[in-house]
Amino acid sequence: MTDPAPLRARAEAEAAPLPPLLARAEHLAGTVLLGEHGRRRAGMGDDFWQYRPVQPGDARRDIDWRRSARSDTEFVRQREWQIAQSVLIWVDDAAAMRFSSDAQALPEKAERARLLALAVAVLLNRAGERVGLSGHDLPPRRGEVQIARLAQALVQAGDADYGAPRTAGLLPQGRALFVSDFLGDMAPVRDALTSAADRGVRGVLLQVLDPAEEAFPYRGRTIFESMGGTLAHETLKASELRAQYLARLAARKDELARLCAVAGWQYHCHHTSDSAQTALLWLYRAFDAAEAA
Amino acid sequence: MTLGPLGFTAPWLLLALVALPLLWLLLRAIPPAPVRRRFPGVALLLGLRDDDSVTDRTPWWLLLLRMLAVAAMIVGLAGPVLNPREQAAGARDGPLLVVLDSSWAAARDWPAQRALLDSMLAEAGRQDRPVAILRLTAPAPPVYRAAGDWRSRLTGLAPDPWPPSPAMMTEAAQALGDRAAEVRWFSDGLARPGRAELLAALEDRGPVTVHESPAPVLALTPPAMAEGSIELTARRVLPGGPREITVAAHGRDPEGIPRRLAELPLSFAEGETTASGALSLPAELRARLTRFQIEGQDHAGAVTLAGDSLKRREVALIAGREDREGLELLAPTHYLEKALAPTAEILDGQLMDVLPANPDVIVLADVAQLSGGEQAGVMEWVEKGGLLLRFAGPRLAASDVSREEEAPLMPVRLRAGGRTVGGAMSWGEPKSLAPFPEDSPFHGLDIPPDVTVSAQVMAQPDPALADRVIAQLSDGTPLVTRKAIGQGQVVLFHVTANAEWSSLPLSGLFVQMLERLAVSSAVALPEMGELEGTTWQPVQVLDGMGRLQEAGTLPGVPGPRLRGDPLGPDLRPGLYEGPDRRLALNVVDGDTSLAPAAWPARVPVEGLARPPETPLGGWLLAGALALLTADILAALALSGRLLPARAAVVVLAALAAPDPAPAQQDGDKALRAATEVVLAHVLTGNAEVDDTARAGLRGLSETLFFRTSVEPADPAGVDLETDELAVYPLLYWPVTPEQPIPSEQAYARLNEYLRTGGMILFDTRDADIAGFGAASPNGKKLQRLARPLDIPPLEPVPDDHVLTRTFYLLQTFPGRHSGRQVWVEAAPPDAEKIEGMPFRDLNDNVTPVVIGGNDWAAAWAMDRRGNALFPVGRGFAGERQRELAYRFGVNLVMHVLTGNYKSDQVHVPALLDRLGQ
Repeated sequence: MTDPAPLRARAEAEAAPLPPLLARAEHLAGTVLLGEHGRRRAGMGDDFWQYRPVQPGDARRDIDWRRSARSDTEFVRQREWQIAQSVLIWVDDAAAMRFSSDAQALPEKAERARLLALAVAVLLNRAGERVGLSGHDLPPRRGEVQIARLAQALVQAGDADYGAPRTAGLLPQGRALFVSDFLGDMAPVRDALTSAADRGVRGVLLQVLDPAEEAFPYRGRTIFESMGGTLAHETLKASELRAQYLARLAARKDELARLCAVAGWQYHCHHTSDSAQTALLWLYRAFDAAEAA
Repeated sequence: MTLGPLGFTAPWLLLALVALPLLWLLLRAIPPAPVRRRFPGVALLLGLRDDDSVTDRTPWWLLLLRMLAVAAMIVGLAGPVLNPREQAAGARDGPLLVVLDSSWAAARDWPAQRALLDSMLAEAGRQDRPVAILRLTAPAPPVYRAAGDWRSRLTGLAPDPWPPSPAMMTEAAQALGDRAAEVRWFSDGLARPGRAELLAALEDRGPVTVHESPAPVLALTPPAMAEGSIELTARRVLPGGPREITVAAHGRDPEGIPRRLAELPLSFAEGETTASGALSLPAELRARLTRFQIEGQDHAGAVTLAGDSLKRREVALIAGREDREGLELLAPTHYLEKALAPTAEILDGQLMDVLPANPDVIVLADVAQLSGGEQAGVMEWVEKGGLLLRFAGPRLAASDVSREEEAPLMPVRLRAGGRTVGGAMSWGEPKSLAPFPEDSPFHGLDIPPDVTVSAQVMAQPDPALADRVIAQLSDGTPLVTRKAIGQGQVVLFHVTANAEWSSLPLSGLFVQMLERLAVSSAVALPEMGELEGTTWQPVQVLDGMGRLQEAGTLPGVPGPRLRGDPLGPDLRPGLYEGPDRRLALNVVDGDTSLAPAAWPARVPVEGLARPPETPLGGWLLAGALALLTADILAALALSGRLLPARAAVVVLAALAAPDPAPAQQDGDKALRAATEVVLAHVLTGNAEVDDTARAGLRGLSETLFFRTSVEPADPAGVDLETDELAVYPLLYWPVTPEQPIPSEQAYARLNEYLRTGGMILFDTRDADIAGFGAASPNGKKLQRLARPLDIPPLEPVPDDHVLTRTFYLLQTFPGRHSGRQVWVEAAPPDAEKIEGMPFRDLNDNVTPVVIGGNDWAAAWAMDRRGNALFPVGRGFAGERQRELAYRFGVNLVMHVLTGNYKSDQVHVPALLDRLGQ
């Protein structure tokens, strides 16, 4: 039997980040005005799409009598096809994401990633999509409860040094959002994208980077260690390495963008020094485009 | 342990130097510590390689730097000492006896001796050795004291101008006592009798070391006159290589101020010990010479005093007969000229022409009658101290001069005609001279038997005659008579100055008699016989360093001692004043023996230079620290972290850069003062006084603003050294005892300011406790402050001074005190009241200074809201006094700004109207 008191304290400590994260995500999502989210084609839905002349095979009850009465032919009133999509989100919970080059001014990458992911989830939820979290046994569902579950799952931190996208639970023809720094091994990413493309899943790849990772402002004799401590690299003159590091980083970004282009995904690189709102707007538009495509 | 000039106090520490190679290896292996940094991007870094040129080993020069630092620290801690003293044991632990020759010759490098003595005493003090100092010029039994005690008296120790005499040496040897001691003898390098005996006595007491300066002793012998130029001879002790010296002749200029009048280069030839030269100077200049000194030699031996020996008396020869052309040997003045030429300056000319030259002696050879003007002139000259020497002759004998009445310029009355003895037409033999009486100036002179007198003028018997005779013939008739007139005297030789009446002018006695009469001046010391019974008073004496000092209360010296007695504490070299002349007693003369001191070989002789013991440990440790600091910088540079440090240096340099603001500010201040009327006060450095002055001027400015059309800006404090003064119409100068005296430049600008119409109001602020004058500290300070200022004569403000009516009609000028008078420039003495006008027309300009002590600023002082800062008096009377103070201020500023405008008589009717007259 565990003592209930520490359990409660722990539980409260665990729960503490949830409301703020939710609140901030809601707040962030509130800044995005929901526009048309139709499928741009006739189908099942509530919104009017078009009138068309009755064709053979149409059920008689589909005829819009009011419209038909104004002319000689009969018209069928079509509604826009509205369908709920399933969006599966993967947020990198590895140790590498818990990095912030300036703890005072900049949030950790993980925090920004969670915030964006949850805000997108809130938005999608409002738009009537189903949102799930890959890797956490959270299949896509709708509703506020699902958002709360998402928030709870997102604050959990993983142990790995670098995360790999998990494609388990990806529904065919579904949508996906991968948020990570993509600094680790590229092979799992490549595999994930390939398998997603195989299943007809399209989505968005959001790379979240710290400004220090972009600028490499280090000099002097330094031992660089990964956040988990599994990797280390020692140099005598860190400043000498900058050019090579930046070249590698650019290559990494290029590769990601290329993979995305091949798989029909969209790629964006976001820095924690930038406003979260711009990233959210981009994500929202990206989902729109993904829907439309 | 010593290594060359280096010694170590803790030599064992040097063993640590062995560890240096080990340190080298250790330091080589350890690269600078890296920084650990968490960085997710490390995944991208994997596999990157550092540039090959960067090594993880410490660079060799950094290693060397550190090794040097450590080595310097080790050596520094080992206590290195440069020029360490020998710590010899044994006899040197006991007392120390320092023997000083302390003569004039030792003065030539007295500072070096004193420095050596000081270091010796310091060392003895560290070793707790008792020290005694024995000065041979003032021998006394040695008294052993603590070295620190002697050190404190060291500055008072000075060499004496006399050498230790054999008697002094003997006395010193006898006074030594029995105590054994190490002896250090500071010798002056001159041989003297008694040295060997004293050395033997000293060696009985302990080991003797002699310290002797290698600098050569130079001395100057007294000047001699030769053929109209001054013969100067310098001597040196050791015949060395050729050497050039310069002898400077000092004397007084016509105003009586001591100056360097001439100089004479002398050169010692190689191997010679004397150098001579002749200095030719005009007689006028020569007569003012007081002393000669070898340049660069500060000791009494390099100075020789001139005394009277260079002064040649000026003798005017006036003869009654000028018409005996060609008969030179019969000329009345021929023998006089011959007798006087070597030792005196002879003036020729008419009596009235030579009188203004103020000769010492006027000789009238057979001149009977003087005109009224001549007589009066000569009389006046004699009364001032001139010596009128008259010789008889046919004219005098034939004239009526001094026949009935004693003529003023004759010592006796004369009988008509004179007499002739021993001639072809007379009885008797020519008369010879009788021995000179005791009270005669000629007493003691030998009378050659061949001196005879064949003719003379005869003195009338007279009650006073006997006192006036100073030489007589064997039959008792007067030959030379003398009369004192005022400070001077008239001497009459009853014979002619040529050989017509007597053979006296042909004899040596004639010259000696002239000398005794001080007609001619003696070159050398007076004869012993002449000195007998005289007392010579020292006027100025030389000290050991060759400086002349007033003799003060030194007792007089009996004449015979001046000849031959050795110099000593009671016979100091210097100027002595005797009955009729000044005599110079010099340290060195031609007979003084100058020979180098010879020391036996067993006595070690050392120089005075003693390289100071210099501990080097501190320097080495400081050097180690500096190296370590350099190491920090180098390590920072190596690990690429020097950038912030460099930035800090730049920031520090920017902070340390001079601020260019003050100059700008100064210009603004002057500009502001030039744009508006600004009253100014002199900054005294006393914050309280300055604040009061500022507040007072502010109050006065406010008052002026309200009451008059003068609208001053805020007052300014003026620093006399830096600020421009010309832009301020009035300077208020509160006097404090402690304020600094302005510099020469500041005074120059102040005088310029006063001359161009500025005014200074001096306020001693002490009228409540002091009257005017130097009684109070402020008054004294005021005198010192104002002395260099160009201030005209002052007077208390007269009733009709323009200051009393420039704006208000005032008669008193109170401030916070209403004590005493206020002084302004005095009115010209010829200022007069014009008929019907109540005022005199006084100065036509502004008085440059107003001096008082009423503390006006305190009465004027106002804060920003117009409240008085200081109480004045009590009640209504006090307020009235403050009001009067303001009125005085207004009048003063009006006076400064309008000058003599109110003095203009145009305003008189209106003023009269207001005065109710």
